[in-house]
Amino acid sequence: MSDTTAQSGKPKERAWYEPDAKLSRRHAADRRLRIYGIAAIVFALSMLATLVGTIAITAAPAVTQTMVTLEVEVPEGAVDPSDPRGGSYQKILNESVARIFPEVDTPRELRELRQIFSNGGQYALRDKVVADPSLIGRTFEITFPLSDIGDQLHKGEIDRNLPPDYRRVSDQQIGWYDRLVAQDRISAPFNWGLIFNADSRFPELAGLWGALVGSFYALLICFLVSFPVGISAAVYLEEFAPKNRLTDLIEVNINNLAAVPSIVFGLLGLAVFLNFFGMPRSAPIVGGLVLSLMTLPTIIIATRAALKAVPPSIREAAIGVGASKMQTVGHHVLPLAMPGILTGTIIGLAQALGETAPLLLIGMNAFITAAPDSMFNPSTALPTQIYIWADSPERGFTSRTSAAIIVLLGFLVCMNAIAIYMRKRFERRW
Amino acid sequence: MTTLDTTEASGMIMTKTAEDTGTLAKTATAARAGEHETKISASAVSVFYGEKQALFDVTIDIPARQVMAFIGPSGCGKSTFLRCINRMNDTIDICSVKGKIEIDGANIYDPKIDPVLLRARVGMVFQKPNPFPKSIYDNIAYGPRIHGVAKAGSAMDEIVETSLQRAGLWNEVKDRLHEPGTGLSGGQQQRLCIARAIAVNPDVILMDEPCSALDPIATAKVEELIDELRTRYTIVIVTHSMQQAARVSQKAAFFHLGNLIEVDETDRMFTNPTDQRTQDYITGRFG
Ligand SMILES: Nc1ncnc2c1ncn2[C@@H]1O[C@H](COP(=O)(O)OP(=O)(O)O)[C@@H](O)[C@H]1O
Ligand SMILES: [Mg+2]
Repeated sequence: MSDTTAQSGKPKERAWYEPDAKLSRRHAADRRLRIYGIAAIVFALSMLATLVGTIAITAAPAVTQTMVTLEVEVPEGAVDPSDPRGGSYQKILNESVARIFPEVDTPRELRELRQIFSNGGQYALRDKVVADPSLIGRTFEITFPLSDIGDQLHKGEIDRNLPPDYRRVSDQQIGWYDRLVAQDRISAPFNWGLIFNADSRFPELAGLWGALVGSFYALLICFLVSFPVGISAAVYLEEFAPKNRLTDLIEVNINNLAAVPSIVFGLLGLAVFLNFFGMPRSAPIVGGLVLSLMTLPTIIIATRAALKAVPPSIREAAIGVGASKMQTVGHHVLPLAMPGILTGTIIGLAQALGETAPLLLIGMNAFITAAPDSMFNPSTALPTQIYIWADSPERGFTSRTSAAIIVLLGFLVCMNAIAIYMRKRFERRW
Repeated sequence: MTTLDTTEASGMIMTKTAEDTGTLAKTATAARAGEHETKISASAVSVFYGEKQALFDVTIDIPARQVMAFIGPSGCGKSTFLRCINRMNDTIDICSVKGKIEIDGANIYDPKIDPVLLRARVGMVFQKPNPFPKSIYDNIAYGPRIHGVAKAGSAMDEIVETSLQRAGLWNEVKDRLHEPGTGLSGGQQQRLCIARAIAVNPDVILMDEPCSALDPIATAKVEELIDELRTRYTIVIVTHSMQQAARVSQKAAFFHLGNLIEVDETDRMFTNPTDQRTQDYITGRFG
């Protein structure tokens, strides 16, 4: 290059392919922007990983539940075969415990001994006898949960080296527990109770079933109300409504509705559904109605977007062969928009599933120990159950709260995955 | 039973079958009349998009069972006028139409005319092929089904077959009637759209630049088809191609800036236009 410059005698001239300083600056800016972007994503992902990681680690102990297996003898006289529910099962259990620990006899020691076993043992025994009354008069094995402290001992969450005053179990209780282990009576199977039990005061008995059923009913109501209403509103606004001031106003308000804080919908539900219409407190039907108010704008907006995405040529084709407006929409536009509508609906329902504030206001955070029989019975929902458990002092609820969060997150991830799958699967290119 | 069809282009002998009795009866009337009676008669049609006037007092007679071509530079209102003939403009909120358009002597803008029935009589084929994203069969059957012409079953099968045959598509698709219409090639899709229009038994077929999205071979096929169709249907075609107008049409109308400048036999207009603007457009001085 310098040769050429020397030969021609002209001042140094760049060839077209040689970058100048401005170009290098442009590239440097590109690179910087890319690095910022990557850094932002790494930050976001690490926060997410930390969040999910902490929850998962906290939840891990709740995956299993420590159980104890005892031989029980149900004497002929103790339970009336014609009414097996009425037996005094706690006494029967106490007797089989006493056979293992014959030396324990003072009332104080007996009380401490029973603290290791769950209060649910008697109900497990009762249910077993009710299911099979021929067990009366026989000796058989029964497996039921240890109490919270037994569970903690088994999972090593109680430090045996601490002085007894600083831990929740006495030396004696540890000794009894160790004897049960030595006799091979302790097992820790998967914690099905966490899913299939209703709520309870005792962590080892508490489960999500009531909340799952409550959330299911609430979402069902939410879907049944917001889906048809949302679609009708969107179809009317998009396909039939004249474009004027009024419809503009409606449109703006629907978009604003989507941004209203959910607690406001809760207050509305409290005032309208409970106080005015006198609907039952804490019931999934009210929860579902309140949630549908929140889901409605999401569905309307998604439906309108899906309808807009149907190309006008399809409408022209239908109108061109003499379809009425209604037929055009019903036979062609709506079916083509349906995947988009369903995707929006699922996302709306997923939001509703995780919504807590409005449910608290209508009392779906009550302590209810049975799953609701219908949508009119008091019940909790998944997020409110998490709220209740997070507020409970017993140690066992700490891990259960996190486990419940994981169940909720699992449902949300599944619903969003279905939405994404549908979007990909039915995406049309025109 | 046979009847002699004296349509000038084909002059062929056609076999009268059950399903085309209606059309043939009309053909026979025309044959007796000796020449092409007026099918569509527009008088002083003006169209406004909001404040903006797109068509100015268009008055034109369109003869039955001939191909009438609308030509003119883009934006001159050809499509607008075409869409007046089946009241497609009704679907545009801001569009208003003044004047009178009569089909077989009945004013189609009369309040007692239902546009749904009108559009069954006046079929339309669009610029871009727009089959429904359904099967080939359902594309054709949709119109007859909603108009109650035929229920599902053999009657419908017959309509589908006849329509596809008239659109020259039957042999290409008869083995895959239940595959999606959108899977066909562009030219086949456009003929499918023509078949779909035919299926509801119209008198008039409007075509808005039906070949502009097609390759030359597909275009040739559609042009050939148009030529065959004019024995049964009155065809109005918008085209931006002089050659196409010359090939397929018997009469041509030249639009310019929303005005109808000239209507004449296509041959005469192309060789000997009366208006200077027509002359300029045809010779390619603008447009
Ligand atoms: N939907 C519409 N809204 C407003 N103006 C329109 C609409 N359709 C067409 N026009 C206007 O009407 C005039 C004629 O359009 P068009 O009939 O489509 O022309 P051509 O088909 O001859 O190219 C153009 O100026 C165009 O801008
Ligand atoms: Mg046009």
